[in-house]
Amino acid sequence: MAATKPKATGYIGRPVKRVEDPRLIQGQATYVDDLVLSGMLHMAVLRSPYAHARVVAIDSQKAKSLAGVRGVFIGHDINERCGLVPCASLAPDQKAPKHTCLASDRVYFVGHPVAVVVASDRSIARDALDLIDVEYDPLPVIADPEAALQPGAPLAHPDLGTNQAFVWTLANGDLEKAFKEADRIIKSRMVHQRLIPMAIEPRGCVASWHVGEQSLTLWTSTQIPHLIRTLLPGMIGVPENKIRIVAPEVGGGFGSKLNLYAEEAIVSHLAQRLGAPVKWIESRRENASATIHGRDQIGEYEVAVKKDGTLLAIKARAIADIGSYNQLLTPAIPTLTGSMLSGCYKMKAIRMDIVGVYTNKMCTDAYRGAGRPEATYTIERLMDLVADELKLDRVKIRLKNFPKPTEFPFNTVTGLTYDSGNYQGALKKAQELADWDRLIKQRDTARKQGRLFGVGLSTYVEICALGPSKMMAAGGWEWGCVRIEMSGKVTVITGATPHGQGQETSFAQLAADKLGVPMSDVVVMRGDTAVAHYGRDTYGSRATVIGGTAILMCIDRIVAKARKLAAHLLQAKEKTVEFENGCFFVKGKQKNGITIQTLAAESYVAKNIPKNWEPGLEASSFFEPPNCTYPFGTHIVAVEVDPDTGQIEIVKYVAVDDCGPQINPLLVEGQLQGGIAHSLGQALFERCVYDENGQLLTGEFMDYAMPRAADIPNYILGHTVTPSPSNPMGIKGVGEAGTIGATPAIANAVMDALAPLGVKHLDLPLTPEKIWRALSRAKGSAK
Amino acid sequence: MKTRVSLKVNGTVQEHEVEARTLLVHFLRDQCKLTGTHVGCETTLCGACTVLLDGKAVKSCTVLAIQADGAEVTTIEGLACNGKLHPIPEAFWECHGLQCGFCTPGMILASVEILNRHPKPTRQQVAHGLDGNLCRCTGYSHIIDAVQSAARKSAARSK
Repeated sequence: MAATKPKATGYIGRPVKRVEDPRLIQGQATYVDDLVLSGMLHMAVLRSPYAHARVVAIDSQKAKSLAGVRGVFIGHDINERCGLVPCASLAPDQKAPKHTCLASDRVYFVGHPVAVVVASDRSIARDALDLIDVEYDPLPVIADPEAALQPGAPLAHPDLGTNQAFVWTLANGDLEKAFKEADRIIKSRMVHQRLIPMAIEPRGCVASWHVGEQSLTLWTSTQIPHLIRTLLPGMIGVPENKIRIVAPEVGGGFGSKLNLYAEEAIVSHLAQRLGAPVKWIESRRENASATIHGRDQIGEYEVAVKKDGTLLAIKARAIADIGSYNQLLTPAIPTLTGSMLSGCYKMKAIRMDIVGVYTNKMCTDAYRGAGRPEATYTIERLMDLVADELKLDRVKIRLKNFPKPTEFPFNTVTGLTYDSGNYQGALKKAQELADWDRLIKQRDTARKQGRLFGVGLSTYVEICALGPSKMMAAGGWEWGCVRIEMSGKVTVITGATPHGQGQETSFAQLAADKLGVPMSDVVVMRGDTAVAHYGRDTYGSRATVIGGTAILMCIDRIVAKARKLAAHLLQAKEKTVEFENGCFFVKGKQKNGITIQTLAAESYVAKNIPKNWEPGLEASSFFEPPNCTYPFGTHIVAVEVDPDTGQIEIVKYVAVDDCGPQINPLLVEGQLQGGIAHSLGQALFERCVYDENGQLLTGEFMDYAMPRAADIPNYILGHTVTPSPSNPMGIKGVGEAGTIGATPAIANAVMDALAPLGVKHLDLPLTPEKIWRALSRAKGSAK
Repeated sequence: MKTRVSLKVNGTVQEHEVEARTLLVHFLRDQCKLTGTHVGCETTLCGACTVLLDGKAVKSCTVLAIQADGAEVTTIEGLACNGKLHPIPEAFWECHGLQCGFCTPGMILASVEILNRHPKPTRQQVAHGLDGNLCRCTGYSHIIDAVQSAARKSAARSK
């Protein structure tokens, strides 16, 4: 594949306004709940109010007799017809419960689906839920993952005989030797709190069965229509080539819609069984309790260092609370923490043991960052703790342990190969933008005045563009197709499934530039398996890198094919035909050239084509990436803490991110700011709370504190550009950078503010209450 | 039991039978077929369902259709005039003030109210005015840019 250089005057690299937006800003977009099909029925789900209980009896007679109710379906009835909810990433020898679509004789978490009602109207379906009488016999609940590992603890799934799901170990280098060589060993315990993704559009789906064709169409608010098409046949018995999955407009995902959920299978089954389309729209409370959660690790860490700050090794043991079941990628997420734990740094040895633990809670799975925020937060907090312990400068200790730019591709101690990097460059630029020295002076002056002012930084690297097929459960490639229509208009079809990221725009920029056509002539289609025949969808910051490259490959093939037709029509030798700005011409005879639009028409009319030349101008491609990409950067944050209330104010926020060359800087900025907001939530506000009975206490927006507009600081954003060698455009992906890089910077800034009081570490979220209590303790001990 | 209500929605009279419990948002979406107004929580917290009720921004998931009988409602579909984009959605487009778009109609209608109150709002005034509207994609910064940009444009147009 030819690496085509972007033209400075083209669309690539410019902050082009999104082509998606006109429909979205005028209320003309179609989300799942906007779909109305003739004869459509509505499904509602009855969910367990207990975290662990035996289902003694279900009486659905009253519900069934309510006018408008078409059916009430309970455990065995559905489970005999819908197979198990799939997990694509069970650890070797992992003990796993059978994840049936509905609970059968037991419920294992609050929100566990017990029965479904189908009715002519959404309100009737909901009313009927109240008429179902379920007798539960409550059982002992285990909600605390550490307690779950103690002997005699209640078992989340008694039939498994243990709460331990798996132990995953990563061990490289001579750990014992490295720890012997160490001048100091610094230990820390960190809690990575459970978070709820909370896309503003809850999940939802509509299924329609075509009895004549024996085919199913499922519209669902998902990030992964193609993966669902691969996996759903195993659940409902309809073959893959009789299933069409459509992800229409999707109102945010953040990993929570990177799953095949029981409800998607149930509506598919019921549409077939009842002979009518069935719609299910999740309520917010259901979204909080029965859509995957993220993070939730508790780690004990030891770092071996020389007294000059040279890192030698890390030893880590983390408990990952995976909840009650394994959703699609549940067990795989904490392993990403292990793989990224060495961060931007060189070291000789590492060992991480992750113990996956079942509890009576909702499953965890991929939430924006997916395992990497835990790694970055850990290593970046550890770097500050080491600097503090050794009385070394936080910046210098990072610089000391970075690989040099010339050391890339860099093999990490965890076994990854970082593609390209210049960590020093990003750090330096961030310091310049933050006016670092003055900021430190400002802090010191504030401290002298008795104010709690802190400056923190994080230097992060992340793994993106997941990934080469050898590291994925079922294919890591992406598929694309480009067609120059007879009219000369360009249709781009991608297997990536953007849901807010803007690839309808960035892929149109790519195609327009590479084909030399106006962007307004390009249409990007996505999110429908009947249109995009293959795909591996959007997650892991992969769509632009892998999906975009597939599009580029298609264009190269089309241009090569068109060149043959152009040579034929120009009566010239193929190698003398050039292609520039949408026009094929013989060198020096540009005026007599043929536009790609004319060639397209000729290619379909096909009356004057070369011998053995196939009509049409269309190409499709799979791009298999040779490696992941590794974006990186530095975030610098200054905060001031109110000593009376514990309230934190972000005084300055600087981020320098390197995602390689940018196709659309406006979209990159949007992804970064959005990602940082998720970090801000994790650092300061958000925490999914279950009580000891496994009751979810943060089941609504009222209780689950997400950032609001007034919580957002003014950003100073900068970039460095270090191309990736893993794809022809050198791009790296940016969807999760903010969520990975920002959290530790904020935490480090707050800890720096509290340092004069002797506070070394507080777990997130750093709520005013937590800060206030820490301040009170510090004042108390000072007395 | 159903009751007949009549509202003027985006300048058109909409008369439909509703149950006493029918929420304004469901009246708009299901009966008026105006699906630009979205439901994100049904508990007045996310603001995705914000519309203008007699000129004031309200969350239509917390107003009964019966309560709105006789009122004038403006939804996102009704903001365009003579086929021209309203300055606020236009500014959301220009400033990349949306990503997945689900919260956007509510954000835009809440912003109409902000600009009615503060024709030249500060960032703080915009942020405060959007306190009842959640966005999980953009991180709000571009939304605030958009509202201020719309204010500047409106001021320039009215000069």
